[in-house]
Amino acid sequence: MTDMVTLDGLTKAFGSLLAVDDISMSVGRGEVLGFLGPNGAGKSTTMKMVAGYLTPTAGTAVVCGQDVTRNPVAVKAAIGYLPEGAPTYGDMTVEAFLDFVARIRGFDGAEKARRVAEAVEKVTLHEVLHQSIETLSKGFKRRVGLAQSILHDPEVLILDEPTDGLDPNQKQHVRSLISEMAKDKAIIISTHILEEVEAVCTRAVIIAHGKLLADGTPDDLLARSLSHNAVLIKLDKAAADALAPDLRSLNGVDSVETSESSGVTQLTVLPKDGGSIAVAVSDLVRAKNVDTHELFVDKGTLDDVFRRITQETPAGPAADATDGEGAAHA
Amino acid sequence: MRNIRVIFWRELAAYFSTPLAYVFIVIFLALTGSMTFYLGGFFIRAQADLQGFFGYHPWLYLLLIPAIAMRLWAEERKTGTIEFLMTLPISTTQAVLGKFLAAWTFTGIALGLTFPMWITVNVLGDPDNGVIAASYIGSLFMAGAFLSIGSCISALTKNQVIAFIVASTVCFLFTMSGLDLVLDFFRGWAPESIVEAVASLSFLTHFNSISKGVIDLRDAIYFASLIVFWLYANVIVVDLKKAG
Repeated sequence: MTDMVTLDGLTKAFGSLLAVDDISMSVGRGEVLGFLGPNGAGKSTTMKMVAGYLTPTAGTAVVCGQDVTRNPVAVKAAIGYLPEGAPTYGDMTVEAFLDFVARIRGFDGAEKARRVAEAVEKVTLHEVLHQSIETLSKGFKRRVGLAQSILHDPEVLILDEPTDGLDPNQKQHVRSLISEMAKDKAIIISTHILEEVEAVCTRAVIIAHGKLLADGTPDDLLARSLSHNAVLIKLDKAAADALAPDLRSLNGVDSVETSESSGVTQLTVLPKDGGSIAVAVSDLVRAKNVDTHELFVDKGTLDDVFRRITQETPAGPAADATDGEGAAHA
Repeated sequence: MRNIRVIFWRELAAYFSTPLAYVFIVIFLALTGSMTFYLGGFFIRAQADLQGFFGYHPWLYLLLIPAIAMRLWAEERKTGTIEFLMTLPISTTQAVLGKFLAAWTFTGIALGLTFPMWITVNVLGDPDNGVIAASYIGSLFMAGAFLSIGSCISALTKNQVIAFIVASTVCFLFTMSGLDLVLDFFRGWAPESIVEAVASLSFLTHFNSISKGVIDLRDAIYFASLIVFWLYANVIVVDLKKAG
């Protein structure tokens, strides 16, 4: 796997605000990198710098061997970029717009027609080809932006929230499109939707306050969830009371929480350090001959990991905001 | 060259895809016409020339050219398409030139559509067509200078109204710098050479000499260097905004 995008100490300051703080990482061919972070974390700013729209304050990005600060036009030629909000020229028809993009990307004649047709095919834009873009629905606009970014079959795709504003069917379509293209490209997408990361990304990074906080496969990140490998047991209250002390003393168990809803008691057995306790717990349940309604293993949620990682950081503005809120409640 | 051409055609098409182009052309023709006949005293002067026609161009341009130029960059900034445009594999200079040339060509089209005026004087009398041709060229150059100012200022803001007002004001200063209104301000204290320099910056001075039928190299260089200067500033403004 060769590195196609390398960020090297990428930093961007707007006045005194450090939007992106010394981010270094690389993305190789075949990878789909999910870029996660709260609003204002610096995701879009990072992508804008890689795409050559913003000039880094320090550091650089190298795309397909070209340095974006030294040779921006070569980098832009190698990248397909969907900016946040998918801006397009509203007064043009879809066809005229894609024709413009094809020409500025250096295609002519039959090749140009083929490229446009292919992009239209991939994101299914046939029905609106002759409509002006400003009359289209949000979903179609987003797809026009997507068509524009993949038209020249770029080696590197940078998509800032590609599925924002799409309905579930369209989301699914875009995700499978990304997965199809993934094998011979390096793709970076930013998203708020964590299920999307599990669905399409081979790797995810989490940034908050401009800093890179986590980097790994979606499974790696899941393993950092508090409830990763926790065992959930649903049973009657009496049985729960009998079982809980034994569970607590079981090897590898960190704690047992009890909760109740609609007459059913749930025991949540949390493992120490995310270890696997499923077999031990189910053996114990069988040995004690307890009647359970349900017993299953929780894999944890990215939501949980995301919240923990992004809220742990000792950061100025966000931490202040939380404090302020707490004070107001008190 | 190719990139400039592609940007040029898109921008030119953009003028005609909205009512802007048609509104502009109609108003431009109506104003040039009425100014020639009423203010310029076309019939009263009873001379077969277009002095009355061209004499009002600087004042018309003052109002109309910033209206064409204001959208060039401010609109891209407002709608966010500037991010799309500037991540295409083109240089800032190519984008600036393509846009400017499209706006200039559009002005040229509007100016060209005043040809019935030229025909009219030829029907009514025997004008010096050389002078008229020179005046057309001078007018087009002056429009280019106004446009380059407008384009640069449009890149400074995302608000088209601000772009319009500021560009009009700057153009006004450039136009007026040949008149006593501005020159008297300098005469009181500045040496004659500075007064001369300020006067030499005036659109009116240079345009008037061209519209007398003499295309002096100095006047051509004046307008050309003004255009180059403002477009260069335009490139710098766009690049500076990238550095944020």
